[in-house]
Amino acid sequence: MSAVDQATPVLDVRNVSKTFISGEHRVKALESVSLKVMRGQCLAVVGESGSGKSTLANLLLGIHQPTTGDLYLDGNLLPGHRTLPLRRMIQLVQQNPLSSLNPRRTVGASLRLALDVHDIGDRQGRKERVGALLEEVGLPSDFAARYPAALSGGQRQRVAVARALACEPEIVVLDEPTSALDVLVQARVLRMLDELRRRRDLTYVFITHDLGVVRNIADRVAVFEKGKLVEESDTETIFINPENPYTRRLISAIPIVSDEEETLRRSLMEETNDS
Amino acid sequence: MTALLDIRDLTLSFRGFEGENRVLHGISLNVARGEKVALVGESGSGKSVTARIILGLLQEQRSTRVSGAVEFDGRDLEAMPAKARHRLRGTDISMIFQDPTSSLNPVYPIDVQFHEVLKRRDPKITRAAARERASEALRDVSIEDAKRVLDSYSFQLSGGMNQRVMIAMALANEPKLLIADEPGTALDVTVQAQTLHLMRDLVERKHTSVLFISHNLGVVREFADRVYVIYKGNIVEEGPTHALFSDPGHAYTRALMAAVPKITGGGIPEIPDRSESFSEPIVVHPATEASS
Repeated sequence: MSAVDQATPVLDVRNVSKTFISGEHRVKALESVSLKVMRGQCLAVVGESGSGKSTLANLLLGIHQPTTGDLYLDGNLLPGHRTLPLRRMIQLVQQNPLSSLNPRRTVGASLRLALDVHDIGDRQGRKERVGALLEEVGLPSDFAARYPAALSGGQRQRVAVARALACEPEIVVLDEPTSALDVLVQARVLRMLDELRRRRDLTYVFITHDLGVVRNIADRVAVFEKGKLVEESDTETIFINPENPYTRRLISAIPIVSDEEETLRRSLMEETNDS
Repeated sequence: MTALLDIRDLTLSFRGFEGENRVLHGISLNVARGEKVALVGESGSGKSVTARIILGLLQEQRSTRVSGAVEFDGRDLEAMPAKARHRLRGTDISMIFQDPTSSLNPVYPIDVQFHEVLKRRDPKITRAAARERASEALRDVSIEDAKRVLDSYSFQLSGGMNQRVMIAMALANEPKLLIADEPGTALDVTVQAQTLHLMRDLVERKHTSVLFISHNLGVVREFADRVYVIYKGNIVEEGPTHALFSDPGHAYTRALMAAVPKITGGGIPEIPDRSESFSEPIVVHPATEASS
């Protein structure tokens, strides 16, 4: 294979396990997980609380080290201790922007900090970058002077996305980015995220338990249960022929609004009863 | 038959530094006995303040101005003395809030809190008798090991378990009206679906009226008999659930429906922030036999 071509996954998780040890207790949070994510794709990571999806996110971000197994970025082994340029490549957007944004910092200062830490652009350039970033996530550039408390939930989450983008990452880990928002705001934020991905050729690891969202934004889906990867395929396949009972249960729990969806869901549930 | 809850032309304003800020512009809604009614709208639409007015909690604040009629069980709540109104809360009217874990007191075990709740109806009830009643109530929400749950603190239980405890507590005094404000939004989708089914079965069995508040039309579709859609302090559409979902008449209702991610796919729709059409007059679907 030549250099970094299209066939090299941007993210390659090879046989990764993570065991947490606390006194006598050993918790296997992840067990021999292997995953590949191609550039520009959105991989949805699905599972209930305790399934290991957040542990996976922490491993990707370098917050935890795998007990065994390795992670590769663009074909290169990710070391245990990440250098600043490596940390820049993988960014995080958390569920609750009210707790992930510093309330004492203006929006502009929060974005500036990311640029300062990674030494992106010169002094004047950074100021302009802040405005451009805000506009890129659909906010007016004068929002830079505001504090998070003066923003709505959807606006705050847009700021959190702008802060992640400030680092010019290749991969963005989105941990339930819209589950705290109401459906109208959720739809707008999801649309913004989808457009950003296409425009910037970003790769998303999208952690959620809402398969309705997954259906409309993800290219591939990885389903976790008790630390194991139990099902992985492209989004269409998961919805046409979900193999795992837990996947079916997740599909049956999605709130629906039309008879068409009801018919689809019923046909999936009947298959469950057959098998 | 008269409605159990009848709200007519309700307005609410908050007084602030810059004059009055009107939040509800004269809404009317009713809930019949044994009926499950949903009030759906986005954050800031006025759905939660409506619930607080029914409970009489907002009127206690000096900066609020409320007008209109709120009748419960044939009595005018606004004309009722504060004490009598207080007695209704937790007995004939009860409420479930969005986040179960923060609604329960972390300092007392569940059985002590159950005892408090039951004392609202029967002040002389002993701790042992309350425990007995609590076990029954927990069995109603499919909690088998009631003893363990009663001896636990809320932080020792899962979110789904706390939500069931909240439902059991809210229904323990056999209220006539249950107000559920976005129950389960903080939970996993599977747990949310489970608790909603459980709550529906239970209120149907006990013949409790429910006012269900939510931002997600998809969640209320399987729960409610009738739906009101609220936008910026005005009801924009109302009707029996089936009629409203099969033929949404108001542009805002259609936007709310479009916003729910579809399992049949199709991507994420573009939804405008505001639109002239959202302010069009109310669309009313005629009541069917079952819901009149």
